[in-house]
Amino acid sequence: MKPPPVVYHGPDTLEEAVRLLAEHGAEAKVLAGGQSLVPMLNMRLTAPRRLVDVNRLDELAYVRSDRHGVRVGALARHADVERATHAFETVPLLRQAVRTVAHPTIRNRGTTVGSLVHADPAGEMPAVLALLDGEVLLRSERDGERTVAAADFFVGPMESACREDEVAVEAYFPRPAGRTGTDWRELSRRSGDYALCGVGTLVRVDDAGAVVAARAAYIAMGSVPQVVDLTEAAADGDWSAAAESAADQLDPEDDIHASAEYRRHLARVLTARSLKASYEAVAP
Amino acid sequence: MTEQLHQVTLTVNGVTRRGAVPARRLLADFLRRDLALTGTHLGCEHGVCGACTVLLDGVPVRSCLLFAVSADGHEVTTVEGCCQTSGDLGPVQQAFLECHGLQCGFCTPGFITTITAYLEENPKPTEEEAREAIGGNLCRCTGYQNIVAAVLRAAELKREREAPHA
Repeated sequence: MKPPPVVYHGPDTLEEAVRLLAEHGAEAKVLAGGQSLVPMLNMRLTAPRRLVDVNRLDELAYVRSDRHGVRVGALARHADVERATHAFETVPLLRQAVRTVAHPTIRNRGTTVGSLVHADPAGEMPAVLALLDGEVLLRSERDGERTVAAADFFVGPMESACREDEVAVEAYFPRPAGRTGTDWRELSRRSGDYALCGVGTLVRVDDAGAVVAARAAYIAMGSVPQVVDLTEAAADGDWSAAAESAADQLDPEDDIHASAEYRRHLARVLTARSLKASYEAVAP
Repeated sequence: MTEQLHQVTLTVNGVTRRGAVPARRLLADFLRRDLALTGTHLGCEHGVCGACTVLLDGVPVRSCLLFAVSADGHEVTTVEGCCQTSGDLGPVQQAFLECHGLQCGFCTPGFITTITAYLEENPKPTEEEAREAIGGNLCRCTGYQNIVAAVLRAAELKREREAPHA
């Protein structure tokens, strides 16, 4: 398996990358970590005429945190997000989830922003962005910069709102308000494989420990990350009942890896456990 | 279509190597075909099996998922570079030998590079950590038991070799 012939561009600046996409966007793909794109090229599932390799844009290899949230630049590898202590302290869900993205070797190269743009329905980071109501900063020659909220960013399976003339420059993961616990868990056939079902939860409590907000986001349960509000269902701390309610709102599909009914079962079990863990992380 | 060639300069196992490659030449193929470093093996060619793992600036990456042109200017370490400067076996290689960590040997280069980098990060792994460290490498012969043992033995050998002599 070898990739098809392709014209290569290796811009040294973001301006140059944006200019190249303005000119060639319709026939070009942006190459960042390549951990999804290169397998697709090797298998010839895709054959863009041009590649715009952004790996020289070192200024985008950042993970920055302040008290409001974490900003992840386009060239930050999953491993950078995983290792950044300040990011973990600000938004623990980032490390909780990124640890389940493939294997360490893949995380050394794959980028978090790239996985958002790739928008794989089984990808962890899209669900994290969706659960936290994050956003993605895009840049093009035509429109300059624009920001797209997670709710509008994931359009369909392998389809995001990033246009072919745009570079996704940065993802923003806001820190959840108040006293909020988070958790990520998933089940896959083998360690590091795509999950059959994955769930991230957040539970916010008041000072007395009462649940004031609860949400869950799912992967591999639909064509885009599925976000379900469970505030009402989880109000009295009955995690099983809340999980039941969540599973009723999901509509997974059968595929060769698992039946829809099995996926729904996993969602039920994982959600109950995850809500409990999120709650216990912040309960008084 | 006549493919345009790109000039690349990489430091491979400490030696400066140059080449002219089409954009689509994978780093694994550049190492094997252009540099005749056939220690790096290609199994699945889509990032699943881990046999082609090399170190890019010291960090394990799949050389089947990286274009040679993207690696221009970087340092690459292959299994050929995981031995001692004398040419004798490195600690990970020695441990695989002692623990029977390989049978057919096809996957071994990927294990050696992955573990070599891992022990820099975690010089004294537990068995559980050793399993996690090799989670991205497939072996169809051994059942992994002896490879896990080899990770722990390699850590031991490395500590012995690096310890200041009394």
